Amino acid sequence: MLLISCPNCGPRDETEFHYGGQAHVPYPENPAELTDREWAEYLFYRDNTKGIFAERWLHSTGCRQWFNMLRDTVTYDIQAVYPMGQLRPATGSTAPTVTTPASPEGAIK
Amino acid sequence: MADTAALENSKKIQTLRKSPASHLGAAFETGSVAGVVELREVAFLTMAGLRVDPAGEAGERLGALTGGLPAVSGEVRSGGDTAVLWLGPAEFLLVAPAESHESLGGSLPRTLIEALGDGQGQVVDLSANRTTLELSGPQARAVLEKGCALDLHPRVLKPGTAVSTAIGGIPAILWKTSEETYRILPRASFAEFLGRWLLDAMREFATPEVP
Repeated sequence: MLLISCPNCGPRDETEFHYGGQAHVPYPENPAELTDREWAEYLFYRDNTKGIFAERWLHSTGCRQWFNMLRDTVTYDIQAVYPMGQLRPATGSTAPTVTTPASPEGAIK
Repeated sequence: MADTAALENSKKIQTLRKSPASHLGAAFETGSVAGVVELREVAFLTMAGLRVDPAGEAGERLGALTGGLPAVSGEVRSGGDTAVLWLGPAEFLLVAPAESHESLGGSLPRTLIEALGDGQGQVVDLSANRTTLELSGPQARAVLEKGCALDLHPRVLKPGTAVSTAIGGIPAILWKTSEETYRILPRASFAEFLGRWLLDAMREFATPEVP
């Protein structure tokens, strides 16, 4: 269970929150001018980052407010919590560098 | 006067209404352990949902009536017999005694709606949205700790604090009104579940502690 620090309410259990997917996906300036492919990519294509990932969360059982979070998808370490509309903060060098996964764990040989 | 007649009629109707946990009243009485942990329903409290920017002009007008609007999570502002609970940065819940409702001769939430006027915001009568369960006694904290992940230690959760959280897996507002008294405000449809959940959690305290 993650312990997430809501910017309004303080640390709460993960079960009080809802995940909102990747953050900082801007709505297209002119949606009507997009090709079907570009529109589909805006709608459905998201990064699948291994490491630090910016994502949106909603504190649905508490203050019902959205916020952004930088979370490490490998270690689940929460690096930053920042308000909606704010730019992604710079991350330190604590990000684990993915080096040559010779034989990934659980891979079928 | 027509108003008086309407009020009399409205009071007559009030005797017919049932609170969400009224059918559990007897179970609450038998399940309560006097002096250890007790549970009862405080029915029909007047509640109003306020959505307004507390720093704005409309927020100030509402705040003047309610003794101010809370500013941070957990804060409760009291003015007379009303209390305003913080639910979000621009969302509050006003709780007042049942008699304060306009259908029983009180003035809520009409005075709030009038105070808001054309201002940006919203005042909605939510008296039927939630019911109030009151859990009290020295073991009340031990009962709640079985299903609430918050730190309920008195060092952290002080009397006069209300937080919106999950209790027994359902969303509810937990309001600590005094050192050993908690008011739990679940939505009406969760009242039966939470009432029975609390009864189950209280059961161990009816028998002497096994050392």
